[in-house]
Amino acid sequence: MSDTAVKKPYVRPSAVAGEKKSRALIAGIPARAFILAIVVIWTIPTLGLLVSSFRTQLAIAETGWWHGLINFTDFAQWTIANYERVLFADDMANAFFNSLLITIPSTVIPITMAAFAAHSIAWMVFPGRKILFVIIVGLLIVPLQMALIPVLRVYTRHGINGTYLGMWLAHTGFGLPLATYMLYGYISSIPKSILESAHADGATPWMMFTRLVLPLSIPAIASFSIFQFLWVWNDLLVALVFFGTRRPIVTTRLAELVGSRGQSWHVLTAGAFITMVVPLIIFFSLQRYFVRGMMAGSVKG
Amino acid sequence: MSEVQQLQEPTALEKPAVKAVAAVAILVATFALIAGGFFFLRDATAPRLLTALVALVIGVGGIWALFFSFNTVAELFGPTIRDRILPYVFVAPAVAALGFYIVWPGINTISLSFMDRFGNEFIGLENYRFIFTNEAMLVVLRNTFLWVLIAPTFATALGLVIAVIVDRFGPLTEKILKSFIFLPMAISFVGASVIWRFVYAYQPAGMPQIGVLNAIHTALGNLPVAWLTIRPWNNLLLIFIMIWLQTGFAMVILSAAVKGVPKDLLDAARIDGAGEIRSFFNVTVPYIQGTILTVLTTIVFLVLKIFDVVYVMTSGQYGTNIIALRMYQEAFVQRNFGRGSALAVILFVVVIPLLIRNVRGMRKSGD
Repeated sequence: MSDTAVKKPYVRPSAVAGEKKSRALIAGIPARAFILAIVVIWTIPTLGLLVSSFRTQLAIAETGWWHGLINFTDFAQWTIANYERVLFADDMANAFFNSLLITIPSTVIPITMAAFAAHSIAWMVFPGRKILFVIIVGLLIVPLQMALIPVLRVYTRHGINGTYLGMWLAHTGFGLPLATYMLYGYISSIPKSILESAHADGATPWMMFTRLVLPLSIPAIASFSIFQFLWVWNDLLVALVFFGTRRPIVTTRLAELVGSRGQSWHVLTAGAFITMVVPLIIFFSLQRYFVRGMMAGSVKG
Repeated sequence: MSEVQQLQEPTALEKPAVKAVAAVAILVATFALIAGGFFFLRDATAPRLLTALVALVIGVGGIWALFFSFNTVAELFGPTIRDRILPYVFVAPAVAALGFYIVWPGINTISLSFMDRFGNEFIGLENYRFIFTNEAMLVVLRNTFLWVLIAPTFATALGLVIAVIVDRFGPLTEKILKSFIFLPMAISFVGASVIWRFVYAYQPAGMPQIGVLNAIHTALGNLPVAWLTIRPWNNLLLIFIMIWLQTGFAMVILSAAVKGVPKDLLDAARIDGAGEIRSFFNVTVPYIQGTILTVLTTIVFLVLKIFDVVYVMTSGQYGTNIIALRMYQEAFVQRNFGRGSALAVILFVVVIPLLIRNVRGMRKSGD
């Protein structure tokens, strides 16, 4: 649905730079002022966080962070002690490590399962495959909340609660409808002739999938990987319910810090920035896939 | 290559019996690996780095080993039978995961919503009666309604206006402006909440105000305000965070749609004497209304389920609670599974129309 608008951006033939520039003049001052105001509101809060995370506890409490920028040369206010403190004394380094440990398999496992399933539904013949796909599309938007209580009860009964495995599988289950839906869209659009000629050359289904379909689907896999990676990395709800806070991950640790040290802004700002580093790196380095992934993933349940 | 060679001169591995034994061995080994890893990780007391390594190998390698071993077994049989079994082998793990993590729990949650707090005794509609009559719950419902009404509307409208305006700048300027506005999409809801807690921070009068909002407010000669405690307006401050997070999403999708509006239509409107604003409302908006609707429903759907912002900002105090957070608190803090399930079901019922639309759209395009 929503991703079609992004995958096939229709570029108006006349949308060339020259004409755009002349029309920008028509846009006028109110429109420019509006955009400027929006950009300011959209960036200032994050900037304040970043600046504060490098100021001493005393400086943060005594003056607003904007003073730090105005009196930039007052070097007594700058420090990296906040990061040292939140990483080690407040356990954020550990949390970062645990987050990676949860996030990587929680991305690889659903993509693998979804790719196999999408390939099967798209190119292999078995009864009920159309209905199966329709069901998956329906499951796309079942809210996560519908699943938490029964799964938690099973987890508790079998001691899976609070384990990495429990988290991977939960994120796998919750991520699968979207992963299958996205990969199906891509895999089913591979030209039939390519698969037929491979079949004629004696390729087994396994070979067709691993050597042909999978490499051809890399763009879709990349987009979904980024979406799923960020979704799991940024997730708080699933982690609180199935992982608990005994072993920290970045989101649960940060939320806990807000609860216990709500006014210690030197800790909170540095902590918040640590949780954002990985998403921001992905955002700046893989912006195209990032945007595609976020667009396509917006319907996740 | 190697497959071709094997076909020409059968090696030991080509003999059916050897192959069968090998395949079964691979299957058993895979299961042993996964089961061993499962218990190892469940009862992990080993050094952390070792645990981590095992975790990654099991997690990432296990799933591939699973498919590979199933495939090896399937290939023992002739091509005809293999081609019949394999489709099921390929979909089975996904179907099992979907069944266990979404379908079964969904049905179970519906039945739990008619049960008492332990999920033992049938109590009819009692949980629902409580939700729709209890005073605190009514505030929760009202707030959720406000969230669903305000956040998607403003995020979409703002995204549309921004999309139309930045379309007039040069491509580079447009790209940079859009990145700024899209950036919050990368930030977690928890991180965004910390950012905005800092903006809304409050110190008693006389102390230096370190939150931007109170700094501006006091600079204008007012007394500082503890923004997050002022009912019912604190809800709007929380909702604004969601607008801040979602406008970028609306902007990107609507920007693509705006670029698709035929220039002839806009020119015709201009010749007829329509100004920028009139051609926006009379040409652009009607032309892309389908996309606008999609963006709106997508954000509605997201807003319904998000609990992180309120959880971090106020924990639902000061009259700011919403269904998604109350569901978490009932089910996992109070351990009232019945009431928690009923709240989840309410969220589900609200999105059913979207589900039906999705499935219908799929049916239409599928056949």
